[in-house]
Amino acid sequence: MRTLTFAILLSVPLLAGQDDSFLIRGATVHPVAGAEIQNGSVLVRDGKIVGVGRNLAAPKGTRIIEGKGLHVYPGMIDSGTDIGLSEIGSIRESVDVGEIGKFDPQLRAEVAINPSSEHIPVTRANGITAVITLPMAAGGDGGGRRGGGGGSIITGQAALVHLDGWTWEEMEVKKSAAMAMRFPTIVSGGGRFGGGDLPPDIAARFSYTEQKKNYETELRELKEFFEQARRYQKAKAAGGKDFRTELKMEAMLPVLEGREPLVVMASRERAIHDAVQFAEQQKVKVIIADPRELGKMGPELKARNIPVILGPTLALPAQEDLPYDSPVTLPGDYFKAGVKFAFGSFSGNNEFSRNLPYQAATAVAFGLPYDEALKAVTLNPAQIWGVGDKMGSIEEGKSADLMVTDGDPLETKTQVKQLYIKGKSVDLDSKHTRLYQKYLNRP
Amino acid sequence: MKPILVTCAFAASMLAAPPIVIQNATILTVTKGTLTGSVLIRDGKIAEVGEKIAVPADAKVIDASGQFVMPGIIDCHSHIAADSINEGSVSVSAMVGIEDVLNPADIAIYRALAGGVTTANVLHGSANSIGGKCTVIKLRWGKDAHDMIFQGAMPGIKFALGENPKRAGNPTGQRIGAGNVPPRYPATRMGVEDVIRQAFTDAKAYQQSWKDYNEKIARGEQALAPRRDVTLEPLVEVLEGKRLVHSHCYRADEILMLLRVADDFGFKIRTLQHVLEGYKVAKEIAEHGAGASTFSDWWAYKLEAIDAIPYNAAIMTKKGVIVSLNSDSAELMRHLNDEAAKTMKYGGMTETEALSMITINPAKQLMIDKRVGSIEVGKDADITIYDKHPLSNYAKVTKVFIDGQLYFDRDNDLAERPLREAEKKKLVDKEKEQQRRPTPGAQRRPAA
Repeated sequence: MRTLTFAILLSVPLLAGQDDSFLIRGATVHPVAGAEIQNGSVLVRDGKIVGVGRNLAAPKGTRIIEGKGLHVYPGMIDSGTDIGLSEIGSIRESVDVGEIGKFDPQLRAEVAINPSSEHIPVTRANGITAVITLPMAAGGDGGGRRGGGGGSIITGQAALVHLDGWTWEEMEVKKSAAMAMRFPTIVSGGGRFGGGDLPPDIAARFSYTEQKKNYETELRELKEFFEQARRYQKAKAAGGKDFRTELKMEAMLPVLEGREPLVVMASRERAIHDAVQFAEQQKVKVIIADPRELGKMGPELKARNIPVILGPTLALPAQEDLPYDSPVTLPGDYFKAGVKFAFGSFSGNNEFSRNLPYQAATAVAFGLPYDEALKAVTLNPAQIWGVGDKMGSIEEGKSADLMVTDGDPLETKTQVKQLYIKGKSVDLDSKHTRLYQKYLNRP
Repeated sequence: MKPILVTCAFAASMLAAPPIVIQNATILTVTKGTLTGSVLIRDGKIAEVGEKIAVPADAKVIDASGQFVMPGIIDCHSHIAADSINEGSVSVSAMVGIEDVLNPADIAIYRALAGGVTTANVLHGSANSIGGKCTVIKLRWGKDAHDMIFQGAMPGIKFALGENPKRAGNPTGQRIGAGNVPPRYPATRMGVEDVIRQAFTDAKAYQQSWKDYNEKIARGEQALAPRRDVTLEPLVEVLEGKRLVHSHCYRADEILMLLRVADDFGFKIRTLQHVLEGYKVAKEIAEHGAGASTFSDWWAYKLEAIDAIPYNAAIMTKKGVIVSLNSDSAELMRHLNDEAAKTMKYGGMTETEALSMITINPAKQLMIDKRVGSIEVGKDADITIYDKHPLSNYAKVTKVFIDGQLYFDRDNDLAERPLREAEKKKLVDKEKEQQRRPTPGAQRRPAA
């Protein structure tokens, strides 16, 4: 088995190193940025898309890939994972998602991404070529399964990475795509399954009075932290001889200077509202992540051009008395409100990152136009994470992150036949396919 | 006495109900192919299925043009509609049962119904090697706990192997006995086997003591009846084939262990639940005759799921095991049709094989396949209608019938939303009003 694994690992670079220039022809090309092209071609040179259209001529010697009966789409981007940071959810030693400390902007997800994680080949086999990996606040159970820290507010820098590479450096698309944080909130009970059945001691911790006190404390601490960072910014600019470089504060500068957005986990309407107000007051860029409702926030999000990362549609309603379909109608509501959004799987331990396209499809059944669903896993995330000029659609000059399928990629039954990341053919095998073959053939 | 009266009244109301004809639909019978045509429902049963059927004069006609009719989904592993599920204080808790804690007001019932589910096996939790008794219910939303029960379904019992029953052995997650919580045997997979083996050894002895007593009485001898043991009684029922064993399991080793324990004591494991490494011992599972009820693609959430693969259902099917897909989750339960589609992607199951895993196969596993699990004449009219093919991610449920009665209708649900909003507002306003001016009545309430 060891030899077998070794052989398979070896085959990746051989295959990948072979060529990142080719022409796919005769396929239905779905550029996402434009109309579908029947009998279309995509020309790739040195890992970049250099031509899209009908009857493209390829330079002599270019490798030709016949795409008859196949469809070419841009690779998908999952905007909410901890891929590389978490391997087995219940095994503390394999999880590096949440650090100790309330304010940890200096932490970089990227450097802790394990390029050998089993989650990488499993996820990309379904056509996902890049992901946002973000440090997240642990639950209230400090030292629990998500990592060390309970109650973190600023959790660290989210990285945008390709799901291919020998090292995290090779995987990197954008090392600090955003500063991840959770917005302080008052968690209210949602009826029977929203905290109503808690034991009395725990319920006391979650009582409205306690919650409000905690919320106000956290909000004050958050503002103080930003003020501290601004003082640091000024001190640094002044350049006094007593100035001491502090990594925690350094990490805040790109945020304060508007070069790096905050990505804020905010589930309820009031948390979204608070986060938007906070960003406005602080004059920083913000992306809202994993909201469970829209409420009256639509016009404000639209007016301020605040993008949103929508979480799982295959989820239970946030409250007992909400309509049964409220999680699946939410993307349609955001669309109607004119808010720009992408999907993130936010499944905890990445278990369902590979189901990202189905998360989008389910929203289509409940009111989201199909084209918008497709955009929300390709072009929109690229634009939201600041790489709209580099990936997310099939356009000249963009990275050749392509999936070749036998049908609509948002349908479960569809198979991904080929996958290219930066023009390199990527192995679609994983531990899952290897175990499948091995045990299917057990005598 | 009361339940019988209720049942009579219920039956009478159904008899009085006019027949229903669902017309112009694509009918996925699951067991008898697919056709475009009609289904006639009479007295809560499927009375006719065909391309062209005569519409009775008094029938209510539902035009399902462009829609898809399939048998109501059966979830072989659920914990909805139960007020509590784990009696975790002992390693063998066969004395407790879900039937005693059914909660017919659990909103999860309605949500699952809206996902096309009509029948669910409600199980005890997985904290103990031998857990409590299980109950099969129909999701008759609005009825009381008694009327939820699937009358005539075989009773079951939950077993559990691996990490979950071990957990109470080292509750702190540290070394055994660390912390303030006393450990509960077993703390290893070895101990789990021992607990089950000892329990069935005791059950055999208990069974024998009653046999001896009954024989003495039959011979006219004087005898003292054995002391009743409500923990061992369900296990005797297992030995006598009167109660089905549904065992939570993950790893190949523990699956094989349980099959061999059952072989030794001469009983059968009806279903292996989760059974994420079932694909490694599919041959042995098929030989024993156990069914397998698994997740489509769960993995990586715990160590014993490290070798979980989405091809599990397909491999086991190919090796002759009857496989169903279950939810174990109030959320997943809402889209088991999507889960079924995954078996086509991972392992190349056909549409019929995929649909079987959420209809006729779980029915077989629960031994209710004479009643439900396919669109066949004579079966209960448990029917789900989708607006698109149920194996498409773009499909949604439009109507759900149980025993020929409409329990979910998307149009009605949408129409009722403003009314529910208004009712909620009224209640919230009333609460606010009471908070402003506490009434004397409120003060007279007895102290809790």
